[in-house]
Amino acid sequence: MKQKISFVGILLGLISAPLALADQLNMRRGVTDISGQVYDLHMTILWICIAMGVVVFGVMFWSIIHHRRSAGHEAAQFHGSTKLELTWTIVPTLILVAMAIPATQTLIAMYDTGGEDMTVEVRGYQWKWQYKYLDDDYNNTFGFFSTLATPQDEIRNQSNKGEHYLLEVDNALRIPTNRKVRFLITAEDVIHAWWVPDFGIKRDAIPGMLNELWTIVEEPGVYRGQCTELCGKDHGFMPVVVEVLEEAEFDAWYAQEMANESIRQEALSKTFTHEELMAQGEEVYGTFCASCHQPNGQGLPPVFPSLVGTTVVTGPRDEHIKLVIDGVNGSAMQAFGKQLDAAQLGAVVHYERHAWGNNAGDITQPRDVLELSGQ
Amino acid sequence: MSEVIHAGHQDSDHGSDHDHGPDKGLARWLFTTNHKDIGTLYLWFSFAMLFIGGIMALVIRTELFQPGLQFVDPAFFNQMTTNHGLIMVFGAIMPAFVGLANWLLPMQVGAPDMALPRMNNLSFWILPFAFGMMLSTLFMEGGGPNFGWTFYAPLSTTYAPDSVTFFIFAVHMMGASSIMGSINIIATILNMRAPGMTLMKMPLFVWTWLITAYLLIAVMPVLAGAVTMMLFDIHFGTSFFNAAGGGDPVMFQHIFWFFGHPEVYIMILPAFGIVSHIIPAFARKPLFGYDSMVYAVASIAFLSFIVWAHHMFTVGMPLAGQLFFMYSTMLIAIPTGVKVFNWTATMWQGSMSFETPMLFAIAFVVLFTIGGFSGLMLAITPADYQYHDTYFVVAHFHYVLVPGALFSIIAAVYFWFPKWTGKMYNETMGKAHFWLSFIGVNVTFFPQHFSGLAGMPRRIPDYALQFADFNMISSIGAFIFGFSQLVFLYVIIHGIRKGKPAKARAWEGARGLEWTLPSPAPYHSFTQPPHVPDAEVQG
Amino acid sequence: MANTESNPTEYYVPHNGWYPVVLAAGLAVMLTGTATFMNDVKANEPGSWTQILLGFAVVAVVLYYWFGKVILENTQGLVNDQLRRSYVWGMGWFIFSEVMFFAAFFGALFYTRTLSVAWLGGEGAKGFTGDYLWPAFNDVWPVVSNPDNVLFPGPEVSMAAPASAAGWVSYLPFYNTVILLLSSVTVHNAHTAIKNEDRFKLKAWLGVTVALGCIFLGLQVEEYVVAYNDMGLTLSSGIYGSTFFLLTGFHGFHVTLGTVILLVQLIRSFRGHFGPKDCFGFEAASWYWHFVDVVWVGLFIFVYVF
Ligand code: HEA
Ligand code: HEA
Ligand code: HEC
Ligand code: CUA
Ligand SMILES: [Cu+2]
Repeated sequence: MKQKISFVGILLGLISAPLALADQLNMRRGVTDISGQVYDLHMTILWICIAMGVVVFGVMFWSIIHHRRSAGHEAAQFHGSTKLELTWTIVPTLILVAMAIPATQTLIAMYDTGGEDMTVEVRGYQWKWQYKYLDDDYNNTFGFFSTLATPQDEIRNQSNKGEHYLLEVDNALRIPTNRKVRFLITAEDVIHAWWVPDFGIKRDAIPGMLNELWTIVEEPGVYRGQCTELCGKDHGFMPVVVEVLEEAEFDAWYAQEMANESIRQEALSKTFTHEELMAQGEEVYGTFCASCHQPNGQGLPPVFPSLVGTTVVTGPRDEHIKLVIDGVNGSAMQAFGKQLDAAQLGAVVHYERHAWGNNAGDITQPRDVLELSGQ
Repeated sequence: MSEVIHAGHQDSDHGSDHDHGPDKGLARWLFTTNHKDIGTLYLWFSFAMLFIGGIMALVIRTELFQPGLQFVDPAFFNQMTTNHGLIMVFGAIMPAFVGLANWLLPMQVGAPDMALPRMNNLSFWILPFAFGMMLSTLFMEGGGPNFGWTFYAPLSTTYAPDSVTFFIFAVHMMGASSIMGSINIIATILNMRAPGMTLMKMPLFVWTWLITAYLLIAVMPVLAGAVTMMLFDIHFGTSFFNAAGGGDPVMFQHIFWFFGHPEVYIMILPAFGIVSHIIPAFARKPLFGYDSMVYAVASIAFLSFIVWAHHMFTVGMPLAGQLFFMYSTMLIAIPTGVKVFNWTATMWQGSMSFETPMLFAIAFVVLFTIGGFSGLMLAITPADYQYHDTYFVVAHFHYVLVPGALFSIIAAVYFWFPKWTGKMYNETMGKAHFWLSFIGVNVTFFPQHFSGLAGMPRRIPDYALQFADFNMISSIGAFIFGFSQLVFLYVIIHGIRKGKPAKARAWEGARGLEWTLPSPAPYHSFTQPPHVPDAEVQG
Repeated sequence: MANTESNPTEYYVPHNGWYPVVLAAGLAVMLTGTATFMNDVKANEPGSWTQILLGFAVVAVVLYYWFGKVILENTQGLVNDQLRRSYVWGMGWFIFSEVMFFAAFFGALFYTRTLSVAWLGGEGAKGFTGDYLWPAFNDVWPVVSNPDNVLFPGPEVSMAAPASAAGWVSYLPFYNTVILLLSSVTVHNAHTAIKNEDRFKLKAWLGVTVALGCIFLGLQVEEYVVAYNDMGLTLSSGIYGSTFFLLTGFHGFHVTLGTVILLVQLIRSFRGHFGPKDCFGFEAASWYWHFVDVVWVGLFIFVYVF
């Protein structure tokens, strides 16, 4: 008898200990209606499984303890019972039906797209996200890239890791509270997946194909997730950060960005000095190129070539610009013409031609890029 | 009947030896046509692969011991994850089951050997070459496969390292090996049974392998088709997996998982068979519900063909598709439940003793069921959006694969070890191996449920700080588990060299034709078709 | 010939042999050679055929000896009914595995035709893909104009449009269908001839079958030449070319294999092999041939007609 009690005690302990720590150990409830529904669904099936486990393992351990040969138990010789077999076919079936009903309801609710207040295009790149705010006709109004902001020395254990280690970006996606936001999700190169756990939404970003998602968030705040589909070397380093702003705050920010957009347009026709180009180029390089070609330009041969003293960076300028605009087909070198504007491209090419001891001695202005990209 | 077996000496390449015994030296293993020799080759091969794949797992766990990048760079980490998965699945688990099939099927159905012995040797010898080819890619310029064991396009096509071509041909070779192996198994089972052994009298290991062999023949060619399309996308400009040319990257996933889901049942059905032998033997009681066990396996196999897209809930299928795949996946819980309940009922009112094989078998039932429960949770589409590609999935499949498939293989090795070698392993060491493994496996994989629910994606070399504790525990567990497999190696070698002689029926409760043979079993199992006594029949 | 009264208690277990392990090594040599070759070509370096041919030679030689040995064992009467049944089962399930291999390609054809091309063209459940990402693309099958025509320049015309193709070539798939169906009949006639122990008819019908196989292959080569030269339909002309060439190409490859196997049977029949009860080699070859034929019918319907 003592044995039995202690066994039950251990079993209960095993089950309840994790639940006592539920906050750290369990799925979070999240901040949207959908994520709440998913959480409830998760808890329902978890409890069903635990109950099932208690019954099955309970019977099993009872017999392990009592029907032992060392305890002198003689084996019975029955080997079948249609009644029992039917019971344990039908009862689980009913349980499954009971699980399927709320699951179906939640799924249908999740597929209720349409009626959106605004649309954002989410595009995955190796290894960053691009967000574009679309107008009612699905034209791009403005957009930006969102890249990991955690410094390399934290990753390399050379300095202490910050609170949001690996879950912080330079530009977070911003959306307003209480509006239905529709996301159009796609990718440029390989498959990525966009996930914000607190919204209860996750969808693959597939090159050449489009997926939709939507959410309505009531709580302002910063919500963090990650790319969840293996997408190559830096798959672990492309976080998703969404900043949910109060509606008024969002609208003000949005208007400001629209104004900035026209300033950006003007920069395309300006002429810059060598120093201005180097400064801006270094910034662009750091954000877009350094992950492969490394901050010192040495690359990671043989896969990612060095940019120091190579024929491209010392050769004709236009070839260099074209290579960066069009990328190299079939390699990880992307067509940056689609990601960067002419001002950024001009600056980064200029920078590459004059950094790390390179000295091409020429100058690359935004308009040189515009000419080559045929705009 | 002294010459019922023609050993082919009439025109043998090696002169005439009339003893039908094995050749001497290396030639025995290279040229053998004997099911036991080939079974042994398979088993040692898979054991070696378990160690290689395990070392890769330890590289993963070492890097994940703490946040930050410490030991390997992300590119190499991805190669470790990919090759760990591939080697464990195709190199460790599958060949181990084929090895067991080779050893056991002829003995269990009362045949002298497998139906097609020369092809049997070919099936085995392809494997070392295939895996040699695959492992060599790790030393190539640009590195080995780094796109996950599921090798989704276009990461595995346009963006893959050059070595992917070698990987593709290696997969072709493994596929050819599996297909030949299964043809052999089907022919053996359907054609070589002793008179009187009707289908519904076959031992469950035979049944489960028959069905597994059908699964293999149906899906390995589809995998071959998938890698062939990859090959053409990479080298010949086709656009199967490229939307720009009218194809679709998601199509790759459909084709892959049409293979991949049945594949995971290929790794568990023979395990069901093994456990259905061990539990009755040590409960000293016939298997409960033999017929329904057979039907359950058949239903699982059938269902496995129509659930594949549960791995793809997040690719954005239309709603009707999501619902169909959710429902069909949930249905698998029913036949699997029948099996779990039947094993429990077999133990009930038994007269149980707990030798090492039984311990592993019981741990199998318990831990596999836990893995099955998490599988059922994954099947619930809306919840899967939160679980998908997180460590929750990693926890799920390690529970069904490690204390599932791997434990069943270990249990089988302990159970039939006396029959194979004629010696007994050391029971104390066996039990030590069990308890270390049991603790190790749970410490490794249970915390992964929590890191997954907390939001840790899989296939990442570095992680946010809130996942640190779980990962540290998991890494410690992995080393315990890895160490305990060294104990296993020791027990086996010690048993072979110093074990005490075993009786023909090494376990008093064991039933089946193989136990009517002496231990060790003779080189050609049944030289004459045996009579099948009722007492040796499972049902 | 063979021991006709096979004893059910007697079973032939072949002795150890070097074929399997050498065959596996030959395969590995051939495939690593092929992979190296492909990677060299992709990197615009000259590829070398030496290793591929070496590996192939090993494979071919081993297969020659292996099958020779099996035939010898058979004529020596070592093969009893049980083993014969194993061969039958083996061949049957091997053919089934081939069916599943083709199923993968047919699956790809159906998936792209009914789902992905429609979505990319703005139709169906995920039509917003086409509307948003590929507004210029129209979903018509065969796809002659791809979503991205720079990366994948489409063909000018499709194989299914006979009017635009030149003269008799337009009916080529139809001729090929007739030829293969006929060859199924001729191979069946050869089988009947064995049963009737009519050696002459056996050789004649088998010879005709092999000839038909060769004609089929010749016509298919012609078709490919026209496709590449006159129609711009290539492997790289988008999903239509991809599915077209992989399906017909792998089928053609199987026809080649089938023809070689039948040729071997023809040679054997000239050497006096095969009797009414002892013609497994022939039967296996003919099943394979029927299978190739059935696949072609599927191809004809789904690749050319619809
Ligand atoms: C041996 C291998 C094996 C086995 C047996 C299973 C069994 C099951 N698996 Fe698992 N699975 C894998 C190996 C396996 N799986 C692998 C390798 C992956 C990951 C692949 C990758 O992405 O790399 C995976 C991933 C995977 C996913 C995708 C997750 C994701 O990526 O998002 C899903 C989703 O549905 C799933 C479901 C199931 C289900 C429902 C079962 C069922 O068969 C389980 C049935 C069993 C039980 C339910 C327990 C016993 C039953 C009872 C006691 C009866 C009563 C119970 C109730 C009614 C509650 N599995
Ligand atoms: C089929 C079976 C199988 C088996 C048996 C295992 C066994 C193990 N697996 Fe595996 N695993 C997979 C199949 C399997 N795995 C698959 C399919 C994936 C997905 C891959 C992908 O994402 O593409 C995966 C992924 C995977 C991950 C996730 C990686 C990622 O997402 O980045 C992790 C992480 O912890 C892991 C860990 C382990 C560990 C610790 C073991 C241990 O059980 C291993 C124990 C064995 C040994 C350690 C070897 C024996 C001992 C020695 C050689 C002696 C030396 C040891 C010491 C001195 C301690 N596995
Ligand atoms: C995802 C990885 C990646 C990123 C990010 C990347 N590159 Fe590259 N880059 C490559 C690879 C790979 C090549 C080699 C392509 C080839 O020749 O096969 C390359 C080649 C080049 C070359 C030619 C080098 C030579 O001499 O052959 C230049 C110039 C270049 N990149 C510039 C850039 C610039 C500018 C950026 C940022 C705006 C950038 N790259 C970002 C991967 C990358
Ligand atoms: Cu992007 Cu993973
Ligand atoms: Cu599955």
